[in-house]
Amino acid sequence: MTEILAYAGARYNYWVYIALMLVGFYTMIAHRNLLKKVIGMNVFQTAIILFFLSTSAKLGGTLPIVPSQVTKDGVAAAGLMNPLPHALMLTAIVVMVATLGVALALLVRIFRRYRTFDEDVILDRL
Amino acid sequence: MSVLLNDLFLAMLVVLALVAVRVRDLVGAVLALAAYGFTLSLVWAAMGAVDVAFTEAVVGAGASTVFFLATLLRTVRTERARPPRGRGPALAAVLLLGGLLVLAAHDFPHWGDPASPASVHVSPRYLEQGYHETAAPNIVTAVLADYRAYDTLIEVVVIFTAGLACWLLLGRRRT
Amino acid sequence: MIQEHDSVIVRTVVRALVPFIQLFALYVVFHGHYSPGGGFQGGVILAATYILIALALGRAELDRRVREGVVLLLSAVGVLIFTLAGVLGPLRGAALLDYAVLPVPGVAGPPVRGLGILVIEIGVAFGVAGALTVIFCRLAKAGEGEEEDSA
Repeated sequence: MTEILAYAGARYNYWVYIALMLVGFYTMIAHRNLLKKVIGMNVFQTAIILFFLSTSAKLGGTLPIVPSQVTKDGVAAAGLMNPLPHALMLTAIVVMVATLGVALALLVRIFRRYRTFDEDVILDRL
Repeated sequence: MSVLLNDLFLAMLVVLALVAVRVRDLVGAVLALAAYGFTLSLVWAAMGAVDVAFTEAVVGAGASTVFFLATLLRTVRTERARPPRGRGPALAAVLLLGGLLVLAAHDFPHWGDPASPASVHVSPRYLEQGYHETAAPNIVTAVLADYRAYDTLIEVVVIFTAGLACWLLLGRRRT
Repeated sequence: MIQEHDSVIVRTVVRALVPFIQLFALYVVFHGHYSPGGGFQGGVILAATYILIALALGRAELDRRVREGVVLLLSAVGVLIFTLAGVLGPLRGAALLDYAVLPVPGVAGPPVRGLGILVIEIGVAFGVAGALTVIFCRLAKAGEGEEEDSA
């Protein structure tokens, strides 16, 4: 029993990211309101970003900003966080907001034409 | 930072995400999403990813909430209560995906391991040589704007294209 | 149409604060080298100031201050700054986006790359700020009218 708890404790954060991904994914495919689908897409994208950033964490590490007094001696790379996922995820967040803007613009056009956000009603009137 | 605090925040995130997708009042769902974005930025700031936390706080808890509310301004406010069709197969697909991902999570490194495979290939070189080669103490900016500048160039083109697309989609009415 | 806020406190405080927030946005862009920040964060804060003006002082006030075509052009200029700084490399025989070949008088070596980073962060800030402001203006204006498109 204790090893199950130890295993769950070690993998707890990955299971949370998987739970968030599943919440977002289910909302995107099963809810019929288009705005709820966009909210689900947002949750899904942020869960992926969380997962990538978790690979850059280091216990006991600090921000990846090199303090000026150590630059002469050299930097201990194990004490600073991994900066590469941070840069990639910054790009991912900005692309997230760009996709959100275009998705909402499409939603407004759909509403102007069909006067509803309900997917089944739109598919009937198509 | 404390692992217990991180775990508590992660539990809060799941609760907020469930609230955001289940609430039928769409304005309430959007505000729950804003709270989710803000808690997310707190998690990242506590973990040490301050650039990403800064961006998520402004973008996720700020700009995207305002975009949602501007969309809801003249459109519907609530979601209809009928359960979605095809809910069984969707749930089965989601649970299957969840099972596969949990199996895959068995092989991942522990959270916070300094010797994890992601941290031992090219990132120690960026951390050690970054200030000497680019004269920028913030290594994330050095990686984003110098070592990986190609991705940043394409990303700026993407955000400009999104602005252009919104401008064209919602342009002036033809009279 | 978003009307201006009812409370005179909100209107006055926003009117007083917006220049300082924009100055802070420029600070964040220029200090991306030394502290958390950079082009994206500063650009989004700059767009947020225009959103704040629209929410507190009304859409008419925002239309008085910005014209959407000009803002979209500013975003395009930001992309152009970035691209020109990158394309200068192949023109001088180096790789694409190699900042060591930028023609800055008097500096050579790593500080030239630092200056290259600064130039492209400015380009990114303009690009992001312009695009997000245009998205907000179009979304906020789009709810008006009862037009029925025939397309």
